[in-house]
Amino acid sequence: MAVGTQYIAEQPKLRTSSKVLGAIAIAALLAAPFFFYPVLLMSILCFALFACAFNLLIGYVGLLSFGHAAFFGGAAYFTAHAAKVWGWEPLAAILLGVAGAAVMGLLMGFLAIRRQGIYFAMITLALSQMFAFICLQVPFTHGEDGIQGVPRGYLLGILDLNEPLTMYYVTLAIFLFGFFIIWRIVNSPFGNILKAIRENERRAVSLGYRVDRYKLGAFVMSAALAGLAGGTKAIVFQFATLTDVNWQMSGEVILMTLLGGIGTLIGPVVGASLVIALQKYFAAWNFPVTVLIGIIFVICVLLFRRGIVGEILELMKRRQKGAA
Amino acid sequence: MSTIFGIPTPALYGQILIGLINGSFYALLSLGLAVIFGLLRVINFAHGAQYMLGAFVAYLLLNYLGINYWLALIVAPLVVGAVAVVIERTMLSRLYGVDHLYGLLLTFGLALILEGAFRHWFGAAGQPYAAPSQLSGGVNLGFMFLPIYRGWVVVASLVICIGTWLLIEKTQLGAYLRAATENATLVQAFGVNVPLLLTLTYGLGAALAAFAGVLAAPIYQVSPLMGTNLIIVVFAVVVVGGMGSILGAIITGYVLGILEGLTKVFYPEASSIVIFVIMAIVLLVRPAGLFGREE
Repeated sequence: MAVGTQYIAEQPKLRTSSKVLGAIAIAALLAAPFFFYPVLLMSILCFALFACAFNLLIGYVGLLSFGHAAFFGGAAYFTAHAAKVWGWEPLAAILLGVAGAAVMGLLMGFLAIRRQGIYFAMITLALSQMFAFICLQVPFTHGEDGIQGVPRGYLLGILDLNEPLTMYYVTLAIFLFGFFIIWRIVNSPFGNILKAIRENERRAVSLGYRVDRYKLGAFVMSAALAGLAGGTKAIVFQFATLTDVNWQMSGEVILMTLLGGIGTLIGPVVGASLVIALQKYFAAWNFPVTVLIGIIFVICVLLFRRGIVGEILELMKRRQKGAA
Repeated sequence: MSTIFGIPTPALYGQILIGLINGSFYALLSLGLAVIFGLLRVINFAHGAQYMLGAFVAYLLLNYLGINYWLALIVAPLVVGAVAVVIERTMLSRLYGVDHLYGLLLTFGLALILEGAFRHWFGAAGQPYAAPSQLSGGVNLGFMFLPIYRGWVVVASLVICIGTWLLIEKTQLGAYLRAATENATLVQAFGVNVPLLLTLTYGLGAALAAFAGVLAAPIYQVSPLMGTNLIIVVFAVVVVGGMGSILGAIITGYVLGILEGLTKVFYPEASSIVIFVIMAIVLLVRPAGLFGREE
């Protein structure tokens, strides 16, 4: 049984209940900065998008990438450099980050899809570690210091992103855009072929699909969306450092997705919110965050592999069956 | 002073020796990974943490109980092996029925816990661990100066690697192990206690990592982060070698270590990434790895 196949939910084409829930969620997100600290919310949005991008690969193609930090952190570096050194407009800088991440995804994906399963995970981990070493050495990343003091600038030359609320709504818009793209990919014919590959790769091959191209395509899209998250993060927090490209970051995004629910659309969002909130909470407590993340990992893997959202959906499914 | 390609020979031999030392650790660790993966189908991400644990057990034994290096070389692998047995029995064994990736994720979580805890207690800086007096000093080999401890590391790791290989290829226990790797159900039907075999294998793999950790303690400092940074390189080594063969894992470990050492001489900037580059080339040319079989 492949990861993410525990429940092969037909993603419904927006039922009325989903529409209502979606509207409520968007309203809540619009109102959120008046109740919570915007920086925390923006951090959650960036990581939620990152986790959704990662989930596109594990949840819908069944490929566990252990190297997604390279795209997230790489894009953060590209965006930060463009905004700070070249003085680019923030959106253009973010788009450069996305493009950079996509190119990296093409290179890494081309190598990694030659193997499957556990080897795929090890190869992506090794390649992203190689990228981290490169980031440590090339001059433009400024080594251990990272790129600090990235200007937020004016979006399209008009909107002042130094206003916390403006920055928040721009981040929210980027997140919703990314989320919408992922939803479209998953529910497209392309997405259905991806799911077919996840369920039975040989059969997909026998049906005449060029599986490698689909996998590579999904890998590049996932990398580009992770880049969108990373680039946005660089503008929001105004820095890009080695932390973003490290293997720990790849581990964190896996955890967010696993905790929320692999292969569910909103699972990664739930997972990212929880992990970020817990990190904030425990950091104030002087409890080592790494240990906390490790413990959640172990609990998730042993007790609820479907993740929070996955378990809830499973429960609802069972109830429906019981009622019918 | 004689030179080769414009490099003074002592510097060249010195880097080859360092490469050989690194290669010893790559070989020991990829051997353990290959043994565990062969039977359990689990990539043991905690391997680096178990290596670190071995070094820390030696360090704690010396500083709190006064137990010397030689005893630590035996005790630390036993302690870490015992911890691994508990982990296998209580956690890993529950995951054999599900996708192998969950084994990777579980051991990744365990690695984070171990590393985070030791970092919390001991800080990120390394603790020094002195080489035993019998092995301190060095000898002049005529063409280079050889610190005795480094020579010992190479010899000890070779002996352990060859010993493990013999254990698996030439003994009754090894035959069970190989048979269970091919077809666990059938071997169990013949009355071999396969679950016990799985437990012992995981313990053995972890003990090998701990042994490598004790060997490494006097060379690198004993630090909480010593394992994970190494294990990622070892993963690349494993991808290059392919996990099909024990001997292949050992040979690949040494060869890549030496290649890395040579890179330090000729193009130092690339030395930290050379193994990853080799991995990428191997993936292009021979995706199954040098000694691997297509699955």
